[in-house]
Amino acid sequence: MSTLEEVSTRVHVSLVQPRLPRQAPAITGVIAVALGALMLVLGMGVVGAIVLAVVVYIVALPLWSLAIEGRRSATDRLMTALIWSAFGVAVVPLVSLVWRVVSKGAGRIDGTFLSYSFFKTQIDQPVGIYHAIIGTLLITLGATIISVPVGVMAAVYLVEYGKGNKLAKAITFLVDVMTGIPSIVAGLFAFALFTLIFGPAYVSGIGGSVALSLLMIPIVVRATEEMLMLVPDELREAAYALGTPKWKTIVRIVLPTALGGILTGITLAISRVIGETAPLLLIAGATDRTNMNLFDGAMTTLPVLIYGQNLRGDAPAEAIAWGAAFILIVIVMVLNLAARIVGKIFAPKKG
Amino acid sequence: MAKSIDVSDVNIYYGDFLAVQGVNMTVRAGAVTAFIGPSGCGKSTFLRSLNRMHEVIPGARVEGKIVVDGQDLYEPGVDPVAVRRQVGMVFQRPNPFPTMSIYDNVLAGLKLNAGKLKKNAADEVVEKSLRGANLWNEVKDRLNKPGMGLSGGQQQRLCIARAIAVEPQILLMDEPCSALDPISTSAIEDLIHELKNDYTIVIVTHNMQQAARVSDDTGFFNLKATGEPGHLVEFNPTKKMFANPDDPATEAYISGRFG
Repeated sequence: MSTLEEVSTRVHVSLVQPRLPRQAPAITGVIAVALGALMLVLGMGVVGAIVLAVVVYIVALPLWSLAIEGRRSATDRLMTALIWSAFGVAVVPLVSLVWRVVSKGAGRIDGTFLSYSFFKTQIDQPVGIYHAIIGTLLITLGATIISVPVGVMAAVYLVEYGKGNKLAKAITFLVDVMTGIPSIVAGLFAFALFTLIFGPAYVSGIGGSVALSLLMIPIVVRATEEMLMLVPDELREAAYALGTPKWKTIVRIVLPTALGGILTGITLAISRVIGETAPLLLIAGATDRTNMNLFDGAMTTLPVLIYGQNLRGDAPAEAIAWGAAFILIVIVMVLNLAARIVGKIFAPKKG
Repeated sequence: MAKSIDVSDVNIYYGDFLAVQGVNMTVRAGAVTAFIGPSGCGKSTFLRSLNRMHEVIPGARVEGKIVVDGQDLYEPGVDPVAVRRQVGMVFQRPNPFPTMSIYDNVLAGLKLNAGKLKKNAADEVVEKSLRGANLWNEVKDRLNKPGMGLSGGQQQRLCIARAIAVEPQILLMDEPCSALDPISTSAIEDLIHELKNDYTIVIVTHNMQQAARVSDDTGFFNLKATGEPGHLVEFNPTKKMFANPDDPATEAYISGRFG
């Protein structure tokens, strides 16, 4: 019977496909690395050898796969190799940067480096970056104190009160524009503002804080907005149904639920501005002394100090610059860790 | 404590769209009233207008009179927040506050509205409300655990405890069992029977057997036609509604010959 034959031919589809051996990627990798090493020995540059090895791997493995496994698997192996290479390209500069800063900077760190300023009262007194650490912490703290209330409240307005109206749309647009303003423009704004109020040649830490807060506010608004929109409307309705006024619902229910994400956003914003140099050069100036007063006189921050030491260019100055860069990275890392821990503590709990 | 609700000529809008038209009914005090009807016929919308939750949605408004205890809820000058303290609500999906413990969830209404409470007074309210919601025995040993850790049925009973902790006069329930399994559903139906001694209860349900089991009065909502507003077809004691309804449309819906 013809129908029976048709059925039998249709039913028998082999599910077994020829596969490369499990070690195929490793074998190809070893061959590619060996080829790269060979070229290195023959006098090729390091970068060239690595690129060659990667290209050999990306070409060879899919071709081998195409010959044995067929097209679908070959595409799969090609894309896997490409994605891993892209990952490598992204990570290598990061790792090399951290490695360089740590290896060059960590050696300069000691007690005197962290506890003395540049200002010498005796000829043999050691120098340190205490004044710049204080400057960085104070100016960033000032910027945070200005921008967190403004940013969070603006986001609360956008999500809870202004949903979809024209003012809210205009604010959202302006916030997006503000995200993109160059930091030097923020510095010029603060410079112009303080010059208008206090006359020419005015420098102070708070001016730097104002300039940095201009850069922070849009990031805080954006992050807070996203987090508030993630809070389900059901929670708001549950609170309203208990007879809770809207403002109390926002303060006691919505903000605590979104707190973890908001804190992460604030930390990201701080990390973004803590390394700013240009606006602070304009308005906060630079000094060798430790200045604890945000509202009076010049203040040095770590990035400005690094810039200054780099300009001098002699060996001790360069060592100080690397040390200061290391400390700056440590500060940012500690901030991030702290935000994660605090975010964990306040995150909605299950079970 | 329980109060009746007199509804006359109520029209409910979403912007320009008329969702529910011309509702007249009297919800008896201390009884359970169920609303049934097909999806989209406006029964949830109507329920939400009974404690002014409808207007939380931008552009939504209500015309007509809803009188509780001699006061029209929609008179100018009436504070919706004050209305909601008298008319509590339980939602379709359990929604305990995720940042709060079981204990704080029950007290949420009191703490958010009245401020500080004495410790032993608070303990008393928590125990009374959780006992009222048939949840006390299951959670009394873990009152400080997060409310989100409970099962769906327990969470819903926690929400009921939270709603009755503020001692409202009326309790609205918007399909409180539709996200729950049969055992949790039965626990909540038992609870409704007990609660009707103290509260006027209005419940929306898709489950006609449930309406027949728990309610004293039933209202049947339907759409006049596709695209037309929903309206109240019939409002009668549940026994009459399920045995001998006045309107042929009600009979068709209840007996499953709807179309």
